[in-house]
Amino acid sequence: MNWFSPARFAAVLIKEFIQMRRDRVTFAMMIGLPIVQLLLFGFAINSDPRQLPTLVELNDDGPVVRAILAGMATSDYFDFIGVVQGPAAGEAALRQGTASFVVVIPAQFERDVVRGQHPDILIAADSSDPTAVAGAAAALGGIVAGAASQTLTGPLQPLAGTTAPFGVVVHRQFNPEGKTSTNIVPGLLAIILSMTMVMITAVAIVKERERGTMEMLIATPVQPLEVMAGKILPYVLVGYVQTAVFLVAAFVLFSVPFEGSFLAFLIGFNLFILGNLALGFLISTLARSQMQAMQLSFFTILPSILLSGFMFPFAGMPGWAQALGTGVPATHFIRLVRMVMLKGADSADVAGQFGALATITTVFALLAMLRYRQTLD
Amino acid sequence: MTQTSGHAPAIDVRGLTKRFGDKLVVDNFDIAVPRGAIYGFLGPNGSGKTTTIRMLCGLLLPDAGQGTCLGFDVRREARQIKTQVGYMTQKFSLYEDLSIRENLDFVARMYGVPQRRSRVESALTELGLADRAGQLAGTLSGGWKQRLALAACLIHDPQLLLLDEPTAGVDPKARRDFWDEIRRLSRQGVTILVSTHYMDEAVQCDFIAYIAYGKKLIDGPAADIPRMVGLTTWRAEGTELAALELALAGQPGVAQIARFGASLHVSGRDAAALQATVRQFEARGTQRWSLQPAGLEEAFIYLMAGAQDNFAQGPS
Repeated sequence: MNWFSPARFAAVLIKEFIQMRRDRVTFAMMIGLPIVQLLLFGFAINSDPRQLPTLVELNDDGPVVRAILAGMATSDYFDFIGVVQGPAAGEAALRQGTASFVVVIPAQFERDVVRGQHPDILIAADSSDPTAVAGAAAALGGIVAGAASQTLTGPLQPLAGTTAPFGVVVHRQFNPEGKTSTNIVPGLLAIILSMTMVMITAVAIVKERERGTMEMLIATPVQPLEVMAGKILPYVLVGYVQTAVFLVAAFVLFSVPFEGSFLAFLIGFNLFILGNLALGFLISTLARSQMQAMQLSFFTILPSILLSGFMFPFAGMPGWAQALGTGVPATHFIRLVRMVMLKGADSADVAGQFGALATITTVFALLAMLRYRQTLD
Repeated sequence: MTQTSGHAPAIDVRGLTKRFGDKLVVDNFDIAVPRGAIYGFLGPNGSGKTTTIRMLCGLLLPDAGQGTCLGFDVRREARQIKTQVGYMTQKFSLYEDLSIRENLDFVARMYGVPQRRSRVESALTELGLADRAGQLAGTLSGGWKQRLALAACLIHDPQLLLLDEPTAGVDPKARRDFWDEIRRLSRQGVTILVSTHYMDEAVQCDFIAYIAYGKKLIDGPAADIPRMVGLTTWRAEGTELAALELALAGQPGVAQIARFGASLHVSGRDAAALQATVRQFEARGTQRWSLQPAGLEEAFIYLMAGAQDNFAQGPS
């Protein structure tokens, strides 16, 4: 007869497990969702596209030029769609979006290369979608240099051996990010967990109220913490299953590395799950119907996607948006996961994220407990 | 149980009041329920019966009023009350997606019932559902759901049963069985507060409280209720009852006319005026008239009509 009875907690826990098992559709969603999301986001969202339409403005021709163009074509980033005459035509094509790149080979390029005068190739890139061309542009230097070294043989060998025989000037400063999926996939884990965890628990209390079972439940001597813990724990385990499925898929399908400490990941991950479940529980105490609970969940999921740094760089957001984003658990978890998986961070490196997640979780849980009514008032 | 608590009422509350917004749902309600009694709670829909029951078992916090339930304060000791009360809700409130056994097991765990497994098994056997224990509760018929709900609220051997319209939508045979069980529990010393619309159930109660529009209109031993209302009833049998009913309406002394099968019950509190009116109609010779003791049913129809009049004259 105190504030927490393990027996009553166990009763709620067992009941929730049975109900979860009986609700096949929801259960299938919980397991299927990570896979579907991973495939959709992992494959569909690609900020490193290949086969970008490319035009060439040929003011000279020769073995070096041909080798460079062939090297670019085989890199798969560039799809040569034609030749333009004069700078105006190339500019127009970029403006109209028919080409993403225009490669300009200057006049007397071959001669200047042979003379060691270090001519420049100009590559104009469509900067309206910087992420789209970033990968291709980043790859350019290597491609061109490789192509040149293959051509400059025999009497021209000394040219290849020295510093680059020609320069490549890209008309746009890029920030090469490498493969997008490596960046997207760890962040996606945060989004998937937010969606399922918040939504499932958001309906937890409302469902009891809508079905009329709440009246029976609170007519028993059950305490708020027993209900909350008993309802949340089964979904913590669901979160584990989701994450396991996710990590395997991320590794097998996208070869996402896992460089850092698994312990750090595990701690952050548990804090994040608990935070989301507490948030879901809070929504559940606020909503009057399951429909409302769903809508409120979506309302909280949007900031997780938009303000967390998942979709847009966090540093690029204005101050107020960063402040909002700081209150979103996904923000901290996405940082943590990226740091751990991609940059090899350990627990000490992500202590700040632990603290932030623990704080948010505690606040949500306290609010939820305060909101939970032991009466029908 | 000590001697004093054995004599103290199971429920003793005064001035219980509950508002939802500006609507006064329960208004200054007093009740004293002796231990072991079957106390009937009657009244039309929306009269505040459910709200009162919920306040008694701690599901709603009263806005005003005080008192005890099983010796515990209804305002401050809701948790202690909950452990010793079995509350059967109006709507089936067990988990439809849990089996019969799982539901009973859940409730038994919630109350910390000792020797839970054997208690659940014996409850299943008593219910006659031992071989269907794995069936989902949602697939049961209305009568079986009601029996399961009763078994669930008895699993922790409560001292007080609060039953909110337990027999709504249940067939007559099941209702009869249900009441046999209620009387058996009452003989064992369990106090029972039951709300109902049915007169045949009301007559089985030891005490009756009639409430309408949040106010208690009458409260007393069931046998005394008609006398307390003070009705005189005449019974008319014969033909042309419909015409008679129209003709009687508004005549001196006639407060209420109710049709009972092939007869008409004409009641009023002014016995002399009613008798004079009846003699006039008797003289026509179309119907046979006889004076009969007023029953509970006439009393309640009368109370209900009166309450509605009060309500129509403007809220207090």
